[in-house]
Amino acid sequence: MVPAIEVSELRKRFKAARGASVEVLQGVSLTVEVGEIFALLGSNGAGKTTMIRILTTLLKADAGTTRICGFDVAGQGQQVRESISLTGQFAAVDDILTGRENLMLIARLRHLADPQAEATRLLDQFGLTDAADKPLATYSGGMRRRLDLAMSMIGDPRVIFLDEPTTGLDPQARLAVWNTVRQMSESGVTVFLTTQYLEEADGLADRIAILHHGVIAAQGTAAQLKRLAPPPKLALTFAEQSDLASASALFSAYPTTTEALTLTIQTDGSVRQTTSILQELEAAGIAATFAQQPPTLEEAYLTIVGEEAS
Amino acid sequence: MSISYALSDTAVMTGRVLKQVLRSLDTIITVLLMPVAMLLAMNYVLGGAMDLGGMGTADYMLPGVLIICVLSGVAYTAYRLYVDVQKGIFERFHSMPIAKSSILGGHVLTSILTNAVSIVATTAVGLLVGFRPQAGVGGWLLAALLILLFIAAMTWISVFFGLITKSVETVSVFSYLLMGLTFTSSAFAPVESMPAALAAFARYQPMTPIADSLRLLLLGEPAGTSLSIALAWCIAITATFWLLSITAYGKRQR
Repeated sequence: MVPAIEVSELRKRFKAARGASVEVLQGVSLTVEVGEIFALLGSNGAGKTTMIRILTTLLKADAGTTRICGFDVAGQGQQVRESISLTGQFAAVDDILTGRENLMLIARLRHLADPQAEATRLLDQFGLTDAADKPLATYSGGMRRRLDLAMSMIGDPRVIFLDEPTTGLDPQARLAVWNTVRQMSESGVTVFLTTQYLEEADGLADRIAILHHGVIAAQGTAAQLKRLAPPPKLALTFAEQSDLASASALFSAYPTTTEALTLTIQTDGSVRQTTSILQELEAAGIAATFAQQPPTLEEAYLTIVGEEAS
Repeated sequence: MSISYALSDTAVMTGRVLKQVLRSLDTIITVLLMPVAMLLAMNYVLGGAMDLGGMGTADYMLPGVLIICVLSGVAYTAYRLYVDVQKGIFERFHSMPIAKSSILGGHVLTSILTNAVSIVATTAVGLLVGFRPQAGVGGWLLAALLILLFIAAMTWISVFFGLITKSVETVSVFSYLLMGLTFTSSAFAPVESMPAALAAFARYQPMTPIADSLRLLLLGEPAGTSLSIALAWCIAITATFWLLSITAYGKRQR
């Protein structure tokens, strides 16, 4: 099957101040299969929005090829636009119109046979029926985002692009958006989203690509990326400050961090090393409880992009 | 992309922008009531103090008021475009399979339609306060043509500034500058009554021939070279700002 998105060696340079220029994308390659939820993860200014703008025909790349559902964004823009839909970083809704009118506007522009029916169907699906005929000024941030997403579903696009869909939303609205994205995906649509939130990529995406310094620094499933993180840590918690001090001295050869009465030791993940640490502790007669901390996506991310990004 | 899709997209876009106008009380008050208030002020407050060579105050002032009417109208055109650009609504439209021309087209058509309505309304009030046009059918048609071209010219200026402006505070500055141009033209006072330096400026800027020829046409007099110059200005401004707008619009994709 033709992949939903194929990006190869994509480059984009922007003019900066005083004649200088910055190459935001320095040869980005990635592939997204049909039906996937794919997250492009990166810090602010990493070039995520530039990627989305190129993939949705809004911006021309300097070099490289991009195919959406097999269509070239440079040469077959119209076919690409017929296959996709974009939800930008800020809810692109018309404040003066009602929710229903916003949906009907898009339905008319997509030349649907019955815009009214489509609007009613989507208002119901996105839980906006009660607010359908109220002006958008009365909508909450979460409701505006839901309407925005509903507008993106009109005309049955095969690939939906979401640029930071949950930025600025409260936790409840964020969860609602996540559920909506999962629903979209279940209906067979491919979802390409950008995010700066690790837990969003971790919880929502089938696959994640990390955009850093203009290239894809790593990509794979959350589980695959976590393998790039340091091995599990061993956290030892003591009852007394003096025990903590003794243990710190005992394990000074290991990389450790201390917080309150807990000493966290970076292990190599092996049974042998963990056993030896616990035996040493027991031999020294220091009482403690222990817990093993599995790697998080955050640690993987920091390993990949380096600590500077934090 | 067939022509019928392009027409249908433009109609949908125009309908959208028209709804924005009709639901904005602020816009309606400014573009309908302000010209009328200005006409009344010019006529009853300033009119008596001015020597217009025996011409009726309303007869003299009406073209200038119509110009101000258009300028305050297109300030809103620029603002609506600015909002569309800033809120990402343009980006959404651009990523859709629609006729590109319909996006600006909706704003331009709405601007021309709403300005035409406020011109007709202001002229009607003018008739109530003493405006006595003497024009024949030909004169009315030429006046209508000139004002439509003027609306088109001012609309394209507003499209350009709506596209390039970066902050909401400055989006309608162009309209105030153009109003300044109008007040230093023959629109509200004969050029002969101005100090020499100002009179020279007034004589060679576009608002003077536009106001003069509108006045002459409506009063049933031959507008002659003044009309040719006015039409040339309108066409040149339209062409220039159409080109600038299209360029500014295209730049967003590079």
